[in-house]
Amino acid sequence: MNFDAIVIGGGIVGCAIADRLARERRAVCLLERDVLGGAATAASMGHLVVLDDDPAELALSAYSCARWRELAPQLPAAAEYRATGTLWIARDAAEMAEAAHKQRRLAAAGIASELVDEAQLKLCEPALAPGLAGGLRVPADAVVYPPVAAAFLARRAAAAGADVRAGVNVRTLVDGGVILADGSELRAPRVIVANGCAAPELLCSVPVRKRKGHLLITTRLAPTVNHQLVELGYIQSAHGGDGESVAFNVQPRPSGQLLLGSTRQFDDLSCEVTPRLLARLVERAQAFLPGLGSLTALRAWTGFRPTTPDHRPLIGPWPARPGVWLACGHEGLGVTTALGTADLLAAQLFDQPLPFDAAPYAPARFAAQVSHAA
Amino acid sequence: MRELRTEILVVGAGPAGIAAAVSAERAGARALLVDMQAEPGGQIWRGQWNKATDPAARQWLGALRASPVETRYGLRLIDLPAPGLAVFDGDSGPLRVRCERLVIAGGARERLLPFPGWTLPGVFGAGGLQVLAKNGWPVAGQRIVIAGSGPLLLAAAATLRGLGAKIVRIAEQTGWRDLAGFGAGLLRHPRKLAQAAGLARRLAGVRYRGNTWVAHADGDDRVRSVTLASGSHREQIHCDALAVGFGLLPNTDIARALGCELRDGAVWVDGHQHTSVAGVYCAGEGTGIGGVDQALAQGEIAGCAAAGRAELAGAALARRRQSDRFAANLRRHFVLRDELRRLAEPDTVLCRCENVRYGAAATCTGTREARLQLRLGMGHCQGRICGAATEFLFGWNAATPRPPLAPASLACFTATSSSENPPQDPT
Amino acid sequence: MPPELCVRVDGVEIQVPAECSVAAALRSAGFSSTRHSLDGTPRAACCGMGVCFECRVRIDGVERLGCLVRVREGMEISRDA
Repeated sequence: MNFDAIVIGGGIVGCAIADRLARERRAVCLLERDVLGGAATAASMGHLVVLDDDPAELALSAYSCARWRELAPQLPAAAEYRATGTLWIARDAAEMAEAAHKQRRLAAAGIASELVDEAQLKLCEPALAPGLAGGLRVPADAVVYPPVAAAFLARRAAAAGADVRAGVNVRTLVDGGVILADGSELRAPRVIVANGCAAPELLCSVPVRKRKGHLLITTRLAPTVNHQLVELGYIQSAHGGDGESVAFNVQPRPSGQLLLGSTRQFDDLSCEVTPRLLARLVERAQAFLPGLGSLTALRAWTGFRPTTPDHRPLIGPWPARPGVWLACGHEGLGVTTALGTADLLAAQLFDQPLPFDAAPYAPARFAAQVSHAA
Repeated sequence: MRELRTEILVVGAGPAGIAAAVSAERAGARALLVDMQAEPGGQIWRGQWNKATDPAARQWLGALRASPVETRYGLRLIDLPAPGLAVFDGDSGPLRVRCERLVIAGGARERLLPFPGWTLPGVFGAGGLQVLAKNGWPVAGQRIVIAGSGPLLLAAAATLRGLGAKIVRIAEQTGWRDLAGFGAGLLRHPRKLAQAAGLARRLAGVRYRGNTWVAHADGDDRVRSVTLASGSHREQIHCDALAVGFGLLPNTDIARALGCELRDGAVWVDGHQHTSVAGVYCAGEGTGIGGVDQALAQGEIAGCAAAGRAELAGAALARRRQSDRFAANLRRHFVLRDELRRLAEPDTVLCRCENVRYGAAATCTGTREARLQLRLGMGHCQGRICGAATEFLFGWNAATPRPPLAPASLACFTATSSSENPPQDPT
Repeated sequence: MPPELCVRVDGVEIQVPAECSVAAALRSAGFSSTRHSLDGTPRAACCGMGVCFECRVRIDGVERLGCLVRVREGMEISRDA
């Protein structure tokens, strides 16, 4: 069979790309080996957040969050899109100063936010521990339930003519197409590898590593939380070093449950919960939300973030293989940046005007290391 | 976190677990017996601890009282984070147990299947209402309909009648031919036959119907009536309670979480009740539904074997062989009929915890998709109820259990590392 | 009369039978449900053996299963779990 493009990977990024291409009337095929919206998409929190510590990340996340806001009215109720906003929490004066810097950086990208002092913090989030210095409120940030959002995009793609196949494994990439596990061949001049942590299984030189994370969800009797709450130290945890890190990151679910995150570790490739990390996650959350003490945990799980050496995603052509394009390596921002990734990649695929500068995400930045790899 | 050390940890204090713990101590080992109920006895000997009327219960609960077995009740197994380490949660907070060997005696649960009205208050499992009543649930003077499948319906009816309930109907989905076949099979098991004869006496005058199943239940804030089906015939019966169970299922979550091999939905064990995982034994209903005699025999064998003295369990080995045949007879004659797959309507709740409807679930390709897209099986019971239903209805495989094996206090997770990572003050 | 004890249910003090589970005590006191599902419909004890979690209640602030816990004098029970 012949397509304009084949997208490998039915996570949020692959579904968004398939949706974007199908609605442009391209003949697109989406291949998912398990179920739509599984793997990292299913394991994620679904926090749609503008991150500003790197100008490229700011451009991609700010653009994508705006695209989510446009999409929101069309999402099914089960996608649970809610503009909770993000409340970045400052523990002390030094972090309040960091909050003020953050506000300026966000403002430069057109993102409104407001500084919150100790008293205002108590008012908008009464469950937080006393003694916190304040924070920065970013009202336009939102949350979404990613597996349903991914399946919605895939369904919409299919309605626009895309050939969406779940439970289909790609055995290998060939020039101008892919060979499936059953030996059959699908042909397209553009093959987009959007399968997150599994990218190196098809392209061994793609620099994507798994970074394990833990999440825990409580039952419904949690203290009331209104925003997605994140400690300002989160960025340091997310980007700093290769060691283990734990940061306070809590999301209120519409059901009244709280989703507690987040941990990061490279060394552990087992999908089992690591008790030591889960304990640090819970202790960190309790330090900010003392009322968690008597709560009941409903479930805990792990997932793997697809990470690149510079923590930026790979979006664009893969120089080592003509006709192969990458849309992977989004680490913890795959859900946030899925729609922007789709727009940026589609523009590159079909020589359209770019929505923002593609250079920072170009896979070619790692090409020197892989020039003689397949 | 409080911590205990023992040689043999026995999880579950029903007949199998009691026999395992007592036998292990007799064989010279130290045993700790833990159960989530407030007292020992499991479901079958519920309420017998302080006033045993059943001879086997009197014998074994007496033996447990007289033995040096250490016991902890009101504690539920949450996690097995490392070999030889178990974390429990309960009223008095979390408890960590270090052990050398583990005997799983987690018993069985009832298979509940969705039908319109099954979530109404006053609709129970058949064994469910029986054990609730043994713990004081008021049934005196209540009009109760019992439906479903298996000998448990009769046992439940006898218990409830003994507590003053009016059993207005017992509806068994199995046809008369299989019921007769099962009865003939009982002739080879004198104790079972005596039990059956006793039940018959206690149920004299109760209307028992084969080939009959529940079609739907109706009510407002609780159940008021049930409609039974038999072929194309429908009959509505007013009732205060409806107890419906479709047989028993082995509880395998602990064994599966440890990676033990399963066969036909039950934990595989060798002749010494040893599972496929080193140092882990399983006894009783978890290895296949076989009733109290099999549970006791397997418990004795598991306890002796876990204590390293398997040769002491000789007599129990012979009893186990006889009970195995009873279990096979049970399986052969109570096969669920196809009509039960068509009771739920599109808007009938299938996953009670997350309120997922049958119609939505039926559009999914399997457990994984239904979990992610609909949150089916993602609530409190963690798919223990709807997982068995979707296996029967759609042929789906149940999800692999993950810790926490049941919802648990957050304290169960923090204290495991408190010595290495003292909680940090955010300020 | 069998012995009774005093508990608070949803803030109201009531007498319940002493020798029973929390689930049974609530039913004896006339409560037909122990919680409400996500769509607001009432639910009550079903499996009786700690499997279905329908009889969960808050006891002294902590989520517990009514079918597994013995009723005790002075318990504070909330049907909001």
